[in-house]
Amino acid sequence: MKREPVLRVVGKMLIPYMLVFALYVQFHGDFGPGGGFQAGVISAAAVIFYAIIFGLPAARRVMPEALVEAMVAAGALLYIAVGFAGLLLGGNYLDYFVLDTDPVAGQHRGIFWVEVGVLVTVSGVMLKIFYMFAGRQRED
Amino acid sequence: MIAAHLPALAVVVPLAAAPLIVLVRHAGAAWALAVAAAWFSFGASLALAAQVADAGVVSYAMGNWPPPWGIEYRVDALSAFVVVLVSAIGAAVAPYALKSVAAEVPGELRYLYYAMHCLCLAGLLGMAMTGDAFNLFVFMEVASLAMYVLIALGRDRRALLASYQYLLLGTIGATFYVIGVGVLYLQTGTLNIADMAARLPAVAGGRPAPAALAFITAGMSLKLALFPLHLWLPNAYAYAPSAATAFLAATATKVSVYVLLRFHFSVFGESAVTALLPMPEILIALSIAAIVTASLVAVWQADFKRLLAYSSVAQIGYITLGIGLATRDGLTAAVVHLFNHGITKGALFLLAGGIVLRAGGARFENLRGLGRSMPLTALGITLAGLSLIGVPGTAGFISKWYLVLGAIEAGMWWLAALVVLTSLIAVVYVWRFVEAAYLSEPGEAAPRPGEAPMPMLVVSWLMVAACLWFGFDTSFTVGGASRAAQLLLGGAP
Repeated sequence: MKREPVLRVVGKMLIPYMLVFALYVQFHGDFGPGGGFQAGVISAAAVIFYAIIFGLPAARRVMPEALVEAMVAAGALLYIAVGFAGLLLGGNYLDYFVLDTDPVAGQHRGIFWVEVGVLVTVSGVMLKIFYMFAGRQRED
Repeated sequence: MIAAHLPALAVVVPLAAAPLIVLVRHAGAAWALAVAAAWFSFGASLALAAQVADAGVVSYAMGNWPPPWGIEYRVDALSAFVVVLVSAIGAAVAPYALKSVAAEVPGELRYLYYAMHCLCLAGLLGMAMTGDAFNLFVFMEVASLAMYVLIALGRDRRALLASYQYLLLGTIGATFYVIGVGVLYLQTGTLNIADMAARLPAVAGGRPAPAALAFITAGMSLKLALFPLHLWLPNAYAYAPSAATAFLAATATKVSVYVLLRFHFSVFGESAVTALLPMPEILIALSIAAIVTASLVAVWQADFKRLLAYSSVAQIGYITLGIGLATRDGLTAAVVHLFNHGITKGALFLLAGGIVLRAGGARFENLRGLGRSMPLTALGITLAGLSLIGVPGTAGFISKWYLVLGAIEAGMWWLAALVVLTSLIAVVYVWRFVEAAYLSEPGEAAPRPGEAPMPMLVVSWLMVAACLWFGFDTSFTVGGASRAAQLLLGGAP
């Protein structure tokens, strides 16, 4: 669909907004509906949209497979690391109360980083699944 | 400081090792990480078991949210026993896996094998330690999904089909479990298992509670492969990579038995629900069917790994038979057989993995003349086979002994006789191995003389030695199991 000017222009216009919207859903998750999972899906959808219009090789240049696979692991590790941070600061595992002098601010800080981890992993998994399905047809 | 956090660390360290392995991507480094994580969990489990022996119950509030509101990790005599078994097998199989996985799994997928090994270990340990019914479901899914991948990594194309079969049936099992937990949650308003047990008698009058018990029992019976819900097991064990088979056979079904015990006795035990359903009769009938049919089917198998898989279904029958008896000795037998069958079947599958590596398969034509070409492997299988039969002096005898005692305690003499008689079927299928290995001339499919690589052989023989050791020194196995049985029957721990 690379030669369709309408799609190309609309795609180029929409993708930055999709990514910004993903960030909005991510950071507004504390106060309204949203959070890491939804934001991860939206940001992955932006890349998938890009791949549909400009082709899989172009998408693979933007988001290489190795990066996607590293994202899958890195997000989970970030989540686990937040748990260990609570442990090192003298609390239990995944204890957010000790992450700040004020326990409520500590909860806020803990869930913030956990949600970042969820964003990274969900986005990575979505793209990995898409790459696997989209890549299959070409190889056969 | 670290001692207070052992329940979390034993689960989290292998859980963290899995994404780390995916990041490093190098098979050798992945193996080293998996071994380190497995050994850490084993050490933590032993320390935890010592704490439980001193304190009775170790409770850990995840995220510092106090139970029953937050997720509690609750390790008592029963869960400590299961945790030690699972982490010991995990720690034994991880070093073994290096050579075996290198031979059976394609190079670019090897690091994923180790990531899945770590995830599976973390899931199984989490299932055994968590005191939260829904958290248990989450860990069950973590472990099960890792298992499906481990099985699918087998080199035979049929491994994919076996994995898919297990995926379908395992998902139904997990769904049934979560339906049961959902009903219990509606009834009691809590997900904490101990809290649930305390609140259940007050609401046990209506239909929902027995329905929940039925759903959980059916779901877990699928997961633990109770006859006739065992259909996923033989293919899964036969076609999975050898190291994965040994790990799963020794741990996965055992942890599911733990969950069944937990719900039948810790949650429903005190309430009147169990009187509404003929659970013991159902369990005993199905167990007998499992023991007799699966043992007979095992006799006719052409593949040694499949033979062992069917034997597993039969041995699970002995475990559920002990649960059905629900007497002190019966439960002791069930719990002690968890452990004894775990190490026996672990040893057998590890040794079978050596044969697969040397001969390219474990069909009976590969086994001919094994006593001469791989004398140590053949001897190990024979000794572990004796433990499978339940010959005195082996771990298997201890379980059968308590099972017979339990049957007599329950006044069922015919059942005691049946346990002894069905052991004779095990003699037949173990004899088939002995006949092929020692009394047959090596055929074309037999391996050339030479043992399996040294690390594999050492780990396998450690397990065989454990089968013999726990036949004599029963202070850990029977001691732990009888404390667990006392706990389940509501006595002082």
